[in-house]
Amino acid sequence: MFKKLYKTKIIILLLIFIFSVLFSITLGDVRIPFLDTARIIINEINIFNFEINIDHIKKSHIFIVTNIRLPRILLASLVGAILSVVGTSYQSIFKNPMADPYVMGVSSGAAFGATIGIILGISKGILGFGLTSIMAFAGALLTTILVYNLARIGNKISTTSILLAGIVVSSILSAGISLMMIFNHDDLASIVSWTMGSFNGASWTQIAVIFIPALIGTLFLSSFSRELNAIVLGEEQAQNLGVNVEFTKKIILITASFLAASAVSVSGIIGFVGLIVPHLFRLIFGADHRILLPVSVIGGAVFLLICDTLARTVLQGIEIPVGIITSVFGGPFFLYLLKRNKSKRLV
Amino acid sequence: MDSIVNIKNLSFKYDKIDILKRITLEVVTGNFISILGPNGSGKTTLLKNISSTLKPNNGSILIEMQDIRKIKHKELAKKLAVVHQSTEVHFDFSVYNVVMMGRFPYLKRFQSESKKDEEIVKEAMLNTSTWHLKDKSINEISGGEKQRVVIARALTQQPKVLLLDEPISHLDIKYQIEILDLCKRLNKEQNITVITTLHDINMASRYSDYIVLLKEGNIKEVDVPHKTLTEENIEEVYGIKVELINRNNDKRPIILPRSV
Repeated sequence: MFKKLYKTKIIILLLIFIFSVLFSITLGDVRIPFLDTARIIINEINIFNFEINIDHIKKSHIFIVTNIRLPRILLASLVGAILSVVGTSYQSIFKNPMADPYVMGVSSGAAFGATIGIILGISKGILGFGLTSIMAFAGALLTTILVYNLARIGNKISTTSILLAGIVVSSILSAGISLMMIFNHDDLASIVSWTMGSFNGASWTQIAVIFIPALIGTLFLSSFSRELNAIVLGEEQAQNLGVNVEFTKKIILITASFLAASAVSVSGIIGFVGLIVPHLFRLIFGADHRILLPVSVIGGAVFLLICDTLARTVLQGIEIPVGIITSVFGGPFFLYLLKRNKSKRLV
Repeated sequence: MDSIVNIKNLSFKYDKIDILKRITLEVVTGNFISILGPNGSGKTTLLKNISSTLKPNNGSILIEMQDIRKIKHKELAKKLAVVHQSTEVHFDFSVYNVVMMGRFPYLKRFQSESKKDEEIVKEAMLNTSTWHLKDKSINEISGGEKQRVVIARALTQQPKVLLLDEPISHLDIKYQIEILDLCKRLNKEQNITVITTLHDINMASRYSDYIVLLKEGNIKEVDVPHKTLTEENIEEVYGIKVELINRNNDKRPIILPRSV
């Protein structure tokens, strides 16, 4: 009944995404014409074996597009998609509009791990992944497991306990980070800049490593759309509709936390995306996860991609941390939508 | 007559406090049963044990002679649907989608709703006079409408037993009659067994085939309305004196509390 309408909207969003990718590649300290970027990319992919003439394009432009901007733009999109799909899942599982991907301590865990990595100062890594990223990933995952087990009562997970345990564990870890910063003045700048989040060092390797888990995780979460729909109406009702509530909660928490940890390990902490993108699309499309999850994925990608493009282009020569842009531009826009929709819908 | 729900020696504790004490009850297919009793007598706890939301400490509950602990979530949802007290919904769903959720137990993970599911939803909505609300948001309809929508959703589960928890407690008298008339009609036309908790003794008297009277976690009496609702039973269970009015001998007494 509503399927057709959904499909059109998803296709429109996808077109917006593709256009945003192409357009943001042209922007930067070096301007590259739109058509040239399109030619370079089609030439790179070239699954259709088109005859494309790129001889007139400067070699440096080709290098910038394929090795600097494209990986960065795709990584930002990927992280944006992950953060918003995780945010949507958490908000529904916790039935709490304040929940975001970092609610279970992923961010402070990752920051703690990254800080240790930076202080140890080992630049070696595995599979082209820096030690900092690996430590961040491990920190994020370990913290989530800790919070989960602290909040578990027998076989059941209490939502309130998870939120509280997440806050407390985060505070303890933040204190630990501050302490390490005091004793390691030299690394202060790197630690702070890591925690503010950036796609500056984006590489194809990073994309390759997180793309497959992100894809599988997102599809997996989407396959629980009906369960999520029932759960947001109340866990007891969901159970009476035949949903195995405890199992669903557990499996979604595990998948979402894993996704959040992988996003944070390549990007640092980028706030706001996972909080507002889900709300934004819930206001526009309603709460049905069958549409909400796919549009959050694409919408999150577009949102973070635009923010990151602004971060690297607004000021000549200086890069603004992308986390600042997400809040400065996302915040007011969200408040506007909230105000406009308040009369008819609850967030 | 076939019994559909069989409760044997059911005990339930909250933090070592006995809420239900060795309850034994047999419900026959097609009956309309009301569970009455003062606050804290265990009405809702009994209902939640039947719906498998709470697990009994002792004893067992059988549905169609099968132990509910051994029935899978989805299979149970095909036999038994629950209508909860109307609650605030903080998420924005269309009425149609809320009703469609009742088809959950019949759908596999990657299966989408078929024509047949859509027909069942439409029929349930027409049956409960909610079809005209289908495109509205669940947040913008009235309490009585919402209750009918939840009953429509329960019907799409095609249950044999319909459990209702205080279905009329937040509604005005017009909606109260409307909801109970609807339940009675579904009970008669589709032979769905109805088990409901109620606060209103007169409504229970008027609609039920049998009334279960609970007192402090024990069954005080199970019988047809005029045999359960005696002056003595009501005084013992609720602690109030009442006068019974029997209109044209319909065996459905009206109770009139005396002032203290």
